Amino acid sequence: MSKVDIRICGMGGQGVIMSGLVIGKAASIYEDKWSTMLQSFGPEARGSTCAAQVMIDDVHIGYPYIDKADIFLVFSQAGYEKYIAELKEGAILVYEDELITLDERVPKGVKTCGIPATRIAQEQIGKVITFNMVMLGYFARATEAISLDALKKSIVDSVPHGTGEMNLKAFNAGYNYTAE
Amino acid sequence: MAKSKPIVDTGIHFIDGNMACAEGAIAAGCRFVSGYPITPSTEVVEHMAKRFPEIGGMFIQMEDELAASICFQGAVWSGVKGMTVTSGPGFSLMMEHVGLAAALETPSVFVDVQRAGPSTGLPTAPAQQDMMQARWGSHGDYEIIALSPSSPQECFDYIVTCFNLSEKYRCPVFFMMDETVGHMHGKVKIPDASQIDVLERQNTTRPPGEYQPYKIYEGSVPEMVKVGMGHRIHITGLTHDEQGYPAMNADAQQTLVKRLCSKITDNVDDISIIKTENIDDSDVVVISYGITSRIAEYAVNTTREQGINAGTAQLVTIWPFNDRAMMEIASKTKNIIVAEMNLGQIVNEVRRAVGNAVPVHFLGNAGGRTISPELMIGKIREVTR
Repeated sequence: MSKVDIRICGMGGQGVIMSGLVIGKAASIYEDKWSTMLQSFGPEARGSTCAAQVMIDDVHIGYPYIDKADIFLVFSQAGYEKYIAELKEGAILVYEDELITLDERVPKGVKTCGIPATRIAQEQIGKVITFNMVMLGYFARATEAISLDALKKSIVDSVPHGTGEMNLKAFNAGYNYTAE
Repeated sequence: MAKSKPIVDTGIHFIDGNMACAEGAIAAGCRFVSGYPITPSTEVVEHMAKRFPEIGGMFIQMEDELAASICFQGAVWSGVKGMTVTSGPGFSLMMEHVGLAAALETPSVFVDVQRAGPSTGLPTAPAQQDMMQARWGSHGDYEIIALSPSSPQECFDYIVTCFNLSEKYRCPVFFMMDETVGHMHGKVKIPDASQIDVLERQNTTRPPGEYQPYKIYEGSVPEMVKVGMGHRIHITGLTHDEQGYPAMNADAQQTLVKRLCSKITDNVDDISIIKTENIDDSDVVVISYGITSRIAEYAVNTTREQGINAGTAQLVTIWPFNDRAMMEIASKTKNIIVAEMNLGQIVNEVRRAVGNAVPVHFLGNAGGRTISPELMIGKIREVTR
């Protein structure tokens, strides 16, 4: 894949924008590609449905807004409702399967990958706040859009000082998850 | 404790335009910011308020934009580089002190992260509607400089240029960002401090008694002085003579105001930055600035792949307007499209500059969202049909 359009959507507070930041930083700094990230701004970033859009390319990116996404990383039912139709053919949907119920609106040919990330964050890490890192880990394996190494470096660089290890543990838990 | 950052945060970063603007200002030597935080510019002052204590700078949150736009000018006269940051509603309030900066010839940088207006409008949505206000917002005749960045990288690079120009020409310099550029994250390469071209304040070397604050010793810009060097000076917004004292007559007015304007208009080539691509023998050139230039880049690349001979011209410098460069573009193409997120501002400057040389088409909107690539591609096809 040369150009990848990634949409991330969930509730403000779930770490939507942090996820976008981690992906964009991984691509632009640690893989030396071009990347842009646009995010919801204002009250929605602090409680209601909130989104980030990340573009990754080998060349400089002109228009930075996503029309239809190659990858849709979704954390909440409301986010799913809002953007499920905006997917390209052959897109990959990575979703929290205990928070979101898929229905007939998933466009044909879309690969769906669900993970109970909230439960994993609670049970394996002991902190629900690491939920988005679990999602990112699963995103890394399901999509292979960005190298594991770049994502891990980006996480350590992006999370608050001293929490790198915990966040990487959550990331690995997501990466290693297999559906029962 | 995390280690504090160096003054110039050299390296590759993934940051938004607002943060890049703040880092660029710091790299340019800015050590004083007075502001009244306003969406969508808040992150600029937020970042500087965080960074300044580490590097010996000062941020002060004032009671409103009138105060913010005069406070930093006082700091500048005390010897530091300063700026203020705002968006449309605050920009309107600052106009009084834009005029003062022009009259006092204060090296001053005003950042305007444009949002959709008029009035409070759409605080979180982009626009390019303050372009004429930047040029004409305060009363009287005066000239200013305005630059507009299209990416976080350009936010870093060109805010440095703004500071350098403000030192060189001693006038208000505007950095006309927009909400999308301000809030968009992207790759920003911050070079080593030694690789960044920074023009330091050139204070006079003339002794007290001999030095006059508005006498032209060389070129067309007077020599700066800072408080504490021993010079007793007087500066005023009233029409003044070379000593800085009020000179209440029409001759002094002619001399002063003509120079305030000519020091800029005589140096357009030195100030102007315009980036062109594929304009030679083209069928159409899209002229744009700020975020709209990225859309032009995308639309023109797409139409070129479809066989349309299109080019782009990005106006990094908007003011002073470079008429000669516009004529040059007109001589190389059959059509011009001016695209901007307003209902027609810079397009009229282009029309004035090129006259009837080629048709000048307009593509704009009333702000609130960027111009869609589809619309721009459609316009390019329409005019080249």
